Amino acid sequence: MQIKTLRDLKSGEGGRIARIDGGHGMVSRLAALGIRPGRRITKLSFGFMRGPVTIEVDRTQVAIGFGMAKRIVVEVQDTAQ
Amino acid sequence: MRILLIGNPNVGKSVIFSRLTGVRVIASNYPGTTVSYTRGYMKLGEDRVEVIDVPGTYTLEPTCEAEEVALRMLDSGDVVVNVVNATNLERNLYLTLQLLERNVPVIVALNMWDDTRHQGINIDLDRLRDILGVPVIPTVATTGEGIKELVENLPKAVSPGTPVHSRDERWAAVGSIIEQVQRVAHRHHTWLERLADASVHPFSGGIIALTVLAGGFLVVRFIGEGLIGYVFDPLFTNLWTPVLTRLSELMGSSGFFHDILIGKLIAGEVDFVQSFGLLSSGLYVPFAMVLPYIISFYLILGLLEDTGYLPRLAVLMDTIMHRVGLHGYAIIPTLLGFGCNVPAVLATRILESRRERFIAATLISIAIPCAALQAMIFGLVGERGWEYVAIVYGTLFAVWIILGVILRQAVRGFIPELLIEIPPYRLPPWRAGLQKLWMRTYGFLVEAVPLILGAILAINVLYFLGIFEAIADFTAPVVTGLLGLPKEAVTALVIGFLRKDVAVGMLAPLALTAGQLAVGSVVLAMFFPCIATFVVLFRELGVVNMLKSAGIMIAAALIVGGLLNLVL
Repeated sequence: MQIKTLRDLKSGEGGRIARIDGGHGMVSRLAALGIRPGRRITKLSFGFMRGPVTIEVDRTQVAIGFGMAKRIVVEVQDTAQ
Repeated sequence: MRILLIGNPNVGKSVIFSRLTGVRVIASNYPGTTVSYTRGYMKLGEDRVEVIDVPGTYTLEPTCEAEEVALRMLDSGDVVVNVVNATNLERNLYLTLQLLERNVPVIVALNMWDDTRHQGINIDLDRLRDILGVPVIPTVATTGEGIKELVENLPKAVSPGTPVHSRDERWAAVGSIIEQVQRVAHRHHTWLERLADASVHPFSGGIIALTVLAGGFLVVRFIGEGLIGYVFDPLFTNLWTPVLTRLSELMGSSGFFHDILIGKLIAGEVDFVQSFGLLSSGLYVPFAMVLPYIISFYLILGLLEDTGYLPRLAVLMDTIMHRVGLHGYAIIPTLLGFGCNVPAVLATRILESRRERFIAATLISIAIPCAALQAMIFGLVGERGWEYVAIVYGTLFAVWIILGVILRQAVRGFIPELLIEIPPYRLPPWRAGLQKLWMRTYGFLVEAVPLILGAILAINVLYFLGIFEAIADFTAPVVTGLLGLPKEAVTALVIGFLRKDVAVGMLAPLALTAGQLAVGSVVLAMFFPCIATFVVLFRELGVVNMLKSAGIMIAAALIVGGLLNLVL
């Protein structure tokens, strides 16, 4: 088990959201889009030059600004297991 | 009775609204198409009831102006039709549960029902009805499937009196409902989904974006020029010129009424661009110069909107938009601005903060030329060489960037992060697409054409009364000294307040050099918003910010016009 931020996840890598290190506003904006602790997400593409990160959650694609992506902490299963 | 259509963004509320009321509204494939509410009426049994298309919202805790509109509307409704995206039940149900906690009858329209089959999603409808305690009707708004059942079941809408929950309790409830009603089968990616992945990837996405934008521009020009060259201009020259020539002779070739109706004869003949009469330029400018580009621009914009490409463009542009104090989603109002600044300023409601809305609206009104203005620039400046058109566009783009960087520093506050749902690609529905094109074209005809005629009438009266000469003498130091234009060019700046297309047209008879024409076009584009944009800026930004915005425009237009005059 590894703990990474969404920013550090590789493209195509997925995991379960462990926590979101943000204020109330950010947490509720993310939750409205189905992004909240416990949910499985997969990173689809990375943010080039601090660009947004695209993820898939519940078969929906969501683009998340770079600054927010840094504060979403994801638990990744080790590939060795 | 008042029925509200409420649901997440981009679930098809506007399409259902059109189906129920017959009122055509703009629908697209991106979240945030509807930013204010639209009212319509439908027959329900013997009664005529009011239906309102409400902007989409994810929760009843609003995060932007468009969502606040939704929340304010909620208190005024008698029945809520909760439109739900059936392919994304889990996220949509959160809002449904919030609605069920309110004391208002609810009926659920499970829209995009056809997509659940393609996507291997199985929803147990009876179970969902039992759990929610309200009618649940599967619908496919784009084809009309299920709309009749929805109407028949409207009287059965109930308020089940669900107790009020906290946010976590609500999400837990959503999770348990999904467990019970939904089964998802695994399936492979379709080619549209592979394209979807490629178009947000920084490298392949960048290439796709450049191709789409450059291709779009070329196609707009190709169709626009084609319509002018093969349809509208021949119609005027072959059919209308003989009529006007005869009329001109009958009216004695000059005089006040002759000049108002037909305009001044150029070398003894009626000139559609330079004569400036109501029946000559007054008809030729809107119908044979601007309308063809309105049609071609909105055709291409409609395709981009309906396929779902725009949110992807927003993702790619996010880094650049941050440089000008905005985030990527601001590219959508900006693109709309290339059609008309009015809906563009309204569309800034999808941005989260007042600061962003001010920056976006100001940049749009200064540096984004509308389709009508662009059509005239193509027509008049393009005639002198496309390098001058490139100078106009290049200057406006530089202004957009530089002013954006300045505003980003000058207006206090932080840039909110981009957070948007990216809808799946869809093949554009051609019927709905053509309807949307017609609505926008019709909008131009009924809103712009009377203003264009009014502007031309005003020009003739002001000339006749000698008012323009007085203004021209007064402003000569700035117009001639700073901008290097003949002093009469100020009349174009004055008329620019009414219609910018007519204003560019007024530069035509002044015998300007190509460089002067480019300076004039840039200054006209930047100088001051047209009256329609002015009104919407006032409404959306408030009087103080609107005045600030207008001050920035005048200052920037004079500085840039002066610099350009030195260079060209």
